[in-house]
Amino acid sequence: MDTGKTIKEIEQALIEDFAMFENWEDKYEYLIDIGKKLEPLDPIYKKEELKIKGCQSSVWVHSYLKDGKVFFEGDSDAIIVKGLVSMMIMVLSGQKPAEIVHAELGFINSIGLSSHLAQTRSNGLRSMIKQMKLEASVFEGLQSNNQ
Amino acid sequence: MSNPTSYDVATLRNLFPILHRKVKGKDLVYLDNAATSQKPIQVIDALVHYYTHYNANIHRGLHTLADEATAAYEAARVAVQQFIGAAFHEEIIFTKGTTESINIVARSWGSAFLQRGDEIIISSLEHHANIVPWQMIAEEKGAILKVIPMDDNGVLDMGAYSNMLSEKTKFVSIIHVSNALGIINPVEEIIALAHEKNALVLLDGAQSCVHLDIDVKKLDCDFYVFSGHKIYGPTGVGVLYGKRELLEKMPPFLGGGEMIKEVTFEKTTYNELPFKFEAGTPNIADVIVLKPAIDFINNYGKANIRAHEEELLAYATSKLKEIEGLKIIGDVQNKISVISFVIEGVHPQDLAILLDNQGIAVRTGHHCAQPLMQRLGIVGTTRVSFAAYNTLAEIEVLIAALHKSLKMLR
Repeated sequence: MDTGKTIKEIEQALIEDFAMFENWEDKYEYLIDIGKKLEPLDPIYKKEELKIKGCQSSVWVHSYLKDGKVFFEGDSDAIIVKGLVSMMIMVLSGQKPAEIVHAELGFINSIGLSSHLAQTRSNGLRSMIKQMKLEASVFEGLQSNNQ
Repeated sequence: MSNPTSYDVATLRNLFPILHRKVKGKDLVYLDNAATSQKPIQVIDALVHYYTHYNANIHRGLHTLADEATAAYEAARVAVQQFIGAAFHEEIIFTKGTTESINIVARSWGSAFLQRGDEIIISSLEHHANIVPWQMIAEEKGAILKVIPMDDNGVLDMGAYSNMLSEKTKFVSIIHVSNALGIINPVEEIIALAHEKNALVLLDGAQSCVHLDIDVKKLDCDFYVFSGHKIYGPTGVGVLYGKRELLEKMPPFLGGGEMIKEVTFEKTTYNELPFKFEAGTPNIADVIVLKPAIDFINNYGKANIRAHEEELLAYATSKLKEIEGLKIIGDVQNKISVISFVIEGVHPQDLAILLDNQGIAVRTGHHCAQPLMQRLGIVGTTRVSFAAYNTLAEIEVLIAALHKSLKMLR
């Protein structure tokens, strides 16, 4: 999606969305809901070799460049992680490669989810962010070569 | 031994300070005991007491502190010897844990006695700790690793095992109780059949040691290994039991201090058992506090604890089976208080996250048994495992929390 907003603006909007919920149940239900609403990823991109393996769940991310901006699609076999994938796509999809590469993505720590989700060790979130940035940096390199 | 009905779980719980803490604002419900058990106050106090009163290096010093520390260290060895029914105290080797114990046997025994074409047998239920060390030594020595198949419920195919055994079989290394499913394997039969072919048997007792009465003489296993932290004791210490005549024939695993008799630059002669396998300064403090952990179990009685855990297991099993789409993996009679399950359409990780938010600690994933999960065709399970201090009320909390989580996920 290309909302015309900056990464920071979208992060801020998500922080505000989550701040509306007072208890953990509502926060997680919202996250699960975001996961369920994620556009399905074309099965051709859900190949074993494209899988980002976490300790317990798996994530798939696919990206393409259009009009100088990077667009992401993704999926996970666990619904809460899929919610995280969905949020990452909201924040990063439709941004310029350089902005994605340099994004700090501090919002994960500010939306009040469990610290183990934010820590990203067990769920592959860290690997997912790394992969998204890597793909953006490839596009960044391609663009500068073309110029 | 006192009657199981007199088992007072409330009093017992008071010995475990951690059980009184809150998680996410809720009372902690700790159901990850197969990963590690919590520690009673006697164990925690003994650890503090060691460091505040008699911390010293052992077996060498001629001062009072060294004397006291050595006596306590060797008292722990005798406590372990009695706990598992070993014939001699020098058959008890202290290690870092189950994983290191298995590695010592694979490396030390394997390097000395394995030959090209020899066969080692393990089972489909093994923890990675009882797979990888054997793969490593088998590859090095040109030996062959064979795996006992199982049915869809995790029950080993004993017919296949029997056919697998031959004069080529040199070693059988088996998990006594499955960490992932809780199933108790028919180890008496496994050992007897292996011995008919003169093959040695190691039992991975990481899960069995705390729940079952262990008598290594009666079992007639050649090696038995376990970890301190799963028997209400400290992390970082484990046990390798081996029959004396076998340990005596095996070369040392690590070289250094403590394990030597005499060192010259030309030649070193090794110390006798058990010191031959305990090179360097050991984990003195944690070894010492194995004794209060064992005393705790003996004080309540393994049979009484088991009876209590059986009650929890039966109740939780029946309650879990009422949940729509839930399937217990390894739903057999002969098991310990571990329940591993999958729920249709629900990823175990999602469940663990939502349960944690309700103060409940369970384990999810492949339980360090990826080949087992592949055999079962699943990514992982959710595992609840009970200990002496768990209660029926906690199972009620678990069941309510599961219903709530499923409502959120479905």
